[in-house]
Amino acid sequence: MFGLDAVDLARFQFAFTVSYHIVFPALSIGLASFLMALEALWLKTGNEVYHGLYRFWIRIFAVGFGLGVVSGVVMAYEFGTNWSVFAQRGGDITGVLLTYEVLTAFFLEAGFLGVMLFGENRVNRTTHFLATCMVAIGTLISATWILISNSWMQTPAGYHLVDGHFLPADWFSIIFNPSFPYRFVHMVLAAFISVSFLVAGVGGYHLLRNGKDPAARKMISMAMWMAIIAVPIQIVAGDMHGLNTLRHQPAKLAAMEGHWENQPGEGVPLALVGWPDMKQERNRFSIEIPHVASLYLTHTWGGQIQSLKDFPADERPDVPLVFWTFRIMVGIGMLMLLTGVVGNYLRWRGKLFTTPLFLRWVTIFSPAGFIALIAGWVTTEAGRQPWVVYGLMRTADAHSPLSFGEMVASLTGFIVVYAIIFAIGIYYILKLIRKEPQGELPSGGPGQNNTPKRPFSATLESFDD
Amino acid sequence: MFTDMPILPVIWFAVIGFAVAMYIILDGFSLGIGILFPFSKSDSQRDLMMGSVMPVWDGNQTWMILAGAGLYGAFPVVYATILPALYLPLVLMLLALIFRGIAFEFRGKSRKYRHMFDLAFAGGSVVATFAQGVVLGGIVHGLHVSDYQFAGSTFDWLTPFSLFTGIALVFGYASLGAGWLVVKTEGETQNLAYKALRPLTLLLLLAMAIISAWTPLSNSAIAERWFSTPNVYYLSIVPVLVVLLAVNIFFDVTARREKLIFTKLVMLFMLGLIGLVISFFPYVVPPSVTLWDAASGPSSQSFLIVGYAVILPIVLIYTAYSYYVFRGKVKPGNLHHY
Ligand code: HDD
Ligand code: HEM
Ligand code: HEM
Repeated sequence: MFGLDAVDLARFQFAFTVSYHIVFPALSIGLASFLMALEALWLKTGNEVYHGLYRFWIRIFAVGFGLGVVSGVVMAYEFGTNWSVFAQRGGDITGVLLTYEVLTAFFLEAGFLGVMLFGENRVNRTTHFLATCMVAIGTLISATWILISNSWMQTPAGYHLVDGHFLPADWFSIIFNPSFPYRFVHMVLAAFISVSFLVAGVGGYHLLRNGKDPAARKMISMAMWMAIIAVPIQIVAGDMHGLNTLRHQPAKLAAMEGHWENQPGEGVPLALVGWPDMKQERNRFSIEIPHVASLYLTHTWGGQIQSLKDFPADERPDVPLVFWTFRIMVGIGMLMLLTGVVGNYLRWRGKLFTTPLFLRWVTIFSPAGFIALIAGWVTTEAGRQPWVVYGLMRTADAHSPLSFGEMVASLTGFIVVYAIIFAIGIYYILKLIRKEPQGELPSGGPGQNNTPKRPFSATLESFDD
Repeated sequence: MFTDMPILPVIWFAVIGFAVAMYIILDGFSLGIGILFPFSKSDSQRDLMMGSVMPVWDGNQTWMILAGAGLYGAFPVVYATILPALYLPLVLMLLALIFRGIAFEFRGKSRKYRHMFDLAFAGGSVVATFAQGVVLGGIVHGLHVSDYQFAGSTFDWLTPFSLFTGIALVFGYASLGAGWLVVKTEGETQNLAYKALRPLTLLLLLAMAIISAWTPLSNSAIAERWFSTPNVYYLSIVPVLVVLLAVNIFFDVTARREKLIFTKLVMLFMLGLIGLVISFFPYVVPPSVTLWDAASGPSSQSFLIVGYAVILPIVLIYTAYSYYVFRGKVKPGNLHHY
């Protein structure tokens, strides 16, 4: 059907479920640190606006965390269901790393989350703040493990291959494999930035309805500081990440640039737009700026990089997919930079809270970070193809012995169920977001009915309307 | 017999066995409540039934993730063979668990759609349990594995035996659920649970008897292990204990000894698991893969055990604490988390 086979469907299913999952952890990672900042500011200044904001966002955090767990359960099984050969040959390394991620999440859920969500009027302020910090750190540790695992698949290190099995030789090199530091910085910043723009959007929405709302003003203001600081760092980090990819995964980088071949003595152009044609091995309709890619990739005027044609056709990723998702991510990054600059210019002129056009823009722009985040992952993951473990094991050799029919059935099931759950979850989050940004105190905790084991119970908002 | 084999995989076998047992007991009774849901008489009764597991179900379910991820790290071969072999029932189970989870969270927040969340809760629980039973039956029945990969076909798991274990587990979890409701509720809801307990225990006993006859009949190695002398002398204690416990439960229902019933049901389940271990040890993917074949290398297993050794005790203490905190009966008056 449509020229797809069971492996393609397995890949699509994995991509679908993990793209869905990643949105919620990214929300959790970003919001946990944001909540930590809010609480710190509240404790330091005593300004109740921070406290109100804390209570407002903690409900959204709770719902997002819950959905992250629900979708994460599926992920924990998919390596075996969809990629059993990989699971068996790589399990000595990736299995261990994944188990550590789950252990961390488990530990988190079991301990500090409860105090953070329900303990506000049961423990003293310092203890509560410590719990918030621990949750924030916990989300980062959780991300660390899974990113180590993913990075190891991108740039394997510290292993030895015995009969096609990847056995650990040196855990230190496995953990600090060449792409991990870049990926970690880039991903964590992505989560922070995505949440900042979400916060800006919610602030904008409330300012458009009530221009005096102090909490909404605070949100926009904080988010714009974050934008002007974190986005430039992200761009630099992304550039370094790209240079690292050039060193370790040259075929992926050539696909990101849409660079088919080198002309003798000429630099690499920057392809702004175009349609890479895999059959004709060239870009159609492309607009290119000569030498620019040479400048940022080799820091010389005429430097060359390996081109797609330097690799056999069956070792190239899907070029249009990588090319375009990369442009979506970078494009959004540039728009974010622009938004941050305009926002802070307006702040300087004293008009940040009173420019309806700008407020409307940040409202519309609020999901942008999450789109860039998924686009970035697709670039990374699709660009690694046709390898599961880069250069060592092919995706086509990694998949489970499943039939086409099984894959169609399960994929349909996942899409239908996730669509329903997503609709319910987003509907509920939007309901929470539309509320005035001064939350009531969530109560409960040990001895009461609301409990950490049930993140959703932090919100009492009715579902109907 | 196994003295020259490394010990670390056996420790891991015990650790993961423990996680599986915790899952079966804890999520077993949570799913059981969902299975009993359709027999409730009123909305407020359903509130109470759900309320009795509300604070703990998420933690209960987490044991499944711990067991699954632990398998991947410690026994990649088990993970990589069982999961594709039982693909369809496992996917069905995951989807059903999603529905159940969402129903838990949103049922109380909605009046208008409550009947839909009721349906999702009951349906999700029944389907997830049935699928788990089928998975169990499929593994016990044996998987066609060659070169450490599943080498059978799509519907290998679909046998009369696995369908039977699927149905049996539904009764089994329902009895755990009823046992839990007896502890956690009073009045009408408790009566409902009491009434269900005898037939459910009987069905559970029957199912265990059929499975214990079926497996040795179809697998001579298992028959050998149970019925050869001297094994038969000390192993027959297992079925004897099972019957004793079941009879005991009958009397406890008459005498209304609330807490004992649940405890004894848990013991019944444990005996069932012990029976499985006796039948199959050291095979983890019957009929061909032993736990040493399936284990990841010593470097991986020892790296991982550090994490478990630190985190598992903390989680256990916390779990015990949260059960302690939520002890006592649920009543309409203490259900304000709705
Ligand atoms: C620990 C490992 C890991 C992590 C953290 C991720 N992935 Fe991944 N991904 C895989 C491990 C993996 C994989 C199992 O190894 C796949 C399946 C086949 C393959 O080559 O890699 C894969 C494939 C894969 C594909 C298919 C590429 C193709 O076939 O062309 C996409 C689009 C994504 N993933 C997307 C994502 C997204 C959006 C992620 C964000 C969270 C993500 N992945 C995280
Ligand atoms: C294939 C990849 C992945 C798998 C198998 C996976 C697995 C899981 C599982 C099983 C849970 C739930 C644990 C619990 O019960 O609390 C979870 C939650 C979580 N995951 Fe993942 N995950 C994956 C990708 C990622 C990525 C890429 C990140 C971040 C960079 C991430 C970060 C988190 C975090 C922070 C949580 C805690 C829950 C939350 O915040 O929503 N995960 N994941
Ligand atoms: C505008 C400048 C940016 C540049 C130059 C850049 C660069 C890159 C590169 C080169 C990769 C691929 C890494 C690989 O080869 O595996 C990547 C991946 C990624 N990007 Fe960006 N990026 C930028 C902005 C953003 C923004 C704004 C976000 C989200 C808010 C984002 C989120 C991600 C994510 C989640 C990944 C996948 C994870 C990873 O490999 O780190 N990026 N980025």
